[in-house]
Amino acid sequence: MMIITHNGHIIAIRYIYVFQFFNSSEIKLSESARQLVNKPLKSVQRQNNPYKDEKVIDSCSIFGMMDQNKKLFAGNDIIEASASMNQRANGLGSGYAVYGLYPKYWNNYAFHIMYDDKEALDWGSKFIESNFDIIFDEEIPMDIHGIHKHVPIMRRYFTNIDLDNLDEIKEDEYLVNKCLEMNTSGKGAYVFSSGKNMGVFKGVGWPQEIAKIFRLDEYKGYLWLSHSRFPTNSRAWWGGAHPFAHLESTVVHNGEISSYGTNRRFLEMKGYRCTFQTDTEIFALALDYLQRKHQLPVEIIAKIFAPPLWKDIEKMSESERNLLRRLRITYDKLLMNGPFSIIFANHGLMVGLADRLKLRPIIAARRKDMLLLSSEEAAIIKILPDIDDVHHPKGGEPVIARCHEGFAS
Amino acid sequence: MNTKSSISKFVVDAKNLATRELNEKIREAIRDGHKQIDIQNVSGQRYIAAGIQELIDIEIFGVPGNDLGVFMDGSKVVVHGNAQDATGNTMNSGEIIIHGDVGDITGMSARGGKIFIQKNAGYRTGVHLKEYQGLRPIIVIGGTAQDFLGEYMAGGVIIMLGLNLKGGIHNADYVGTGMHGGSIILSGDVRGIGREVEVQQLDQEDNRLVEHSVQEYSKHFGCKVDEILGSKFKKLKPVSTRPYGNLYSY
Repeated sequence: MMIITHNGHIIAIRYIYVFQFFNSSEIKLSESARQLVNKPLKSVQRQNNPYKDEKVIDSCSIFGMMDQNKKLFAGNDIIEASASMNQRANGLGSGYAVYGLYPKYWNNYAFHIMYDDKEALDWGSKFIESNFDIIFDEEIPMDIHGIHKHVPIMRRYFTNIDLDNLDEIKEDEYLVNKCLEMNTSGKGAYVFSSGKNMGVFKGVGWPQEIAKIFRLDEYKGYLWLSHSRFPTNSRAWWGGAHPFAHLESTVVHNGEISSYGTNRRFLEMKGYRCTFQTDTEIFALALDYLQRKHQLPVEIIAKIFAPPLWKDIEKMSESERNLLRRLRITYDKLLMNGPFSIIFANHGLMVGLADRLKLRPIIAARRKDMLLLSSEEAAIIKILPDIDDVHHPKGGEPVIARCHEGFAS
Repeated sequence: MNTKSSISKFVVDAKNLATRELNEKIREAIRDGHKQIDIQNVSGQRYIAAGIQELIDIEIFGVPGNDLGVFMDGSKVVVHGNAQDATGNTMNSGEIIIHGDVGDITGMSARGGKIFIQKNAGYRTGVHLKEYQGLRPIIVIGGTAQDFLGEYMAGGVIIMLGLNLKGGIHNADYVGTGMHGGSIILSGDVRGIGREVEVQQLDQEDNRLVEHSVQEYSKHFGCKVDEILGSKFKKLKPVSTRPYGNLYSY
């Protein structure tokens, strides 16, 4: 597609559809995974409400905190904050993303992988071994004492990519492809995260329960995200809990993406696959596409996900108007329609964003070098009563938290 | 009833109390005849003072959760701090006074009563405010508000003072979208108004209401009444009481 501007310049816009036909866009599921997926939801009422009065209070909660000096801190604050918003969720999914938790293996790709069964574990471990150099691997330490539910096998691998394996393909591309191979294998292996010096811990349960299972009190990180889930239109399973990770970027989300079909088809045409049966995954994939492949800054990405209305674009200065018009036309298939608030993160970066009509809540706060984002102000005050500043972001306007320069990860 | 306790102030420490536990304590105190309740260390507990029909003075220290004062009928709630979303949801009568900011959809569907916000309000403040015979809800915002102020308003009054407003323009756009009753009175300009409203001058009754409301605002939070009343106010009124009356008919 081309646009001719008033001064005669031609702007070529990358808007070429490559129609690819996939033989099977359906994801193959192993038999055990199918059981897990098709198992009916537990009574939502009973899960949510011990008083049995059938009242369901719905919505998810999201929380994020980052130390701008990359000082490591324990997770007990974010666990408490997340648990304090329990009335937003129903115990059918919680999770955490932690950055800076593996200083010993800081330069290795850290795989967090969930396996349905022993067979999947054997297959997955062989797969990793044949495609990566494993520096160290182990079962993710868990405390399942007093936990009366199925807990899948979780294993982590710290790896290097053997450069001999690469024929002119970039390391990150290689990693993405291998993760995709695992997730779509149908063997019952799911990569939760694969970035360096970061990790995702998630599952079906309340925030404090998942934190206990994964013994999160033993980790320290400089950036933590958390999520507590109320599944609305997708199933509650361990892979469907947030955060969703792609390489080193992670995302937690409250709301729903009404444009899921459009977004998904666009991303599939670019070679991505959705493997976790939850709309939030779209954000992780779209972020990878925009951030890594198109090298766009987060300020621009926010305007792609939640662009200003055409009416407002027309009122802007010429340069701004041109930019936003081009963004809306080029990336219209990545506009995230519907109510949402999200927090996404990467090494040294944490961003909060609500949809342009502000249909889901997000609050930002600061205390010295600690930056916080939350669904509810009360959760922030609960862990840091003496914050310096509270900010109510406008819909579509991102809150961008960056680490101070000079603090290498 | 213990007459002694009815005059004493009842203090609840909300620390680590769940929403329901806190509300049970509040109701128990009311049943015991307390007319004044202080709630300390509030942290996100929802539905505080929900549906209370007695005339109680409640003071909240901390950040109350969503739906503060929902269905409340007559009580007075003072929040020493910010409040979250849906404050005063479907309130019938009474007063909510917030010494700080509020989140989104404040006063949603309220049918009466007063809400005073010292500083700023979030999105959709006063969405679908109603009024009926003698009941007329009033929301007074000291600072500014975000988009969709007074959306689908069917009655009642929103007064926005614009104190400490930078540049004299409220960020709010789509003010009064879908409005078909009541009025929005504001000092300063907004970014845009809905197609269902028009700008009007204040009449005598409006002026009296603004004067009275600013005096009350000053009583709660302290401000220079004369200075505020000296600023220029304008009024948004719906052009029709049935803006969509012909939408689905041929």
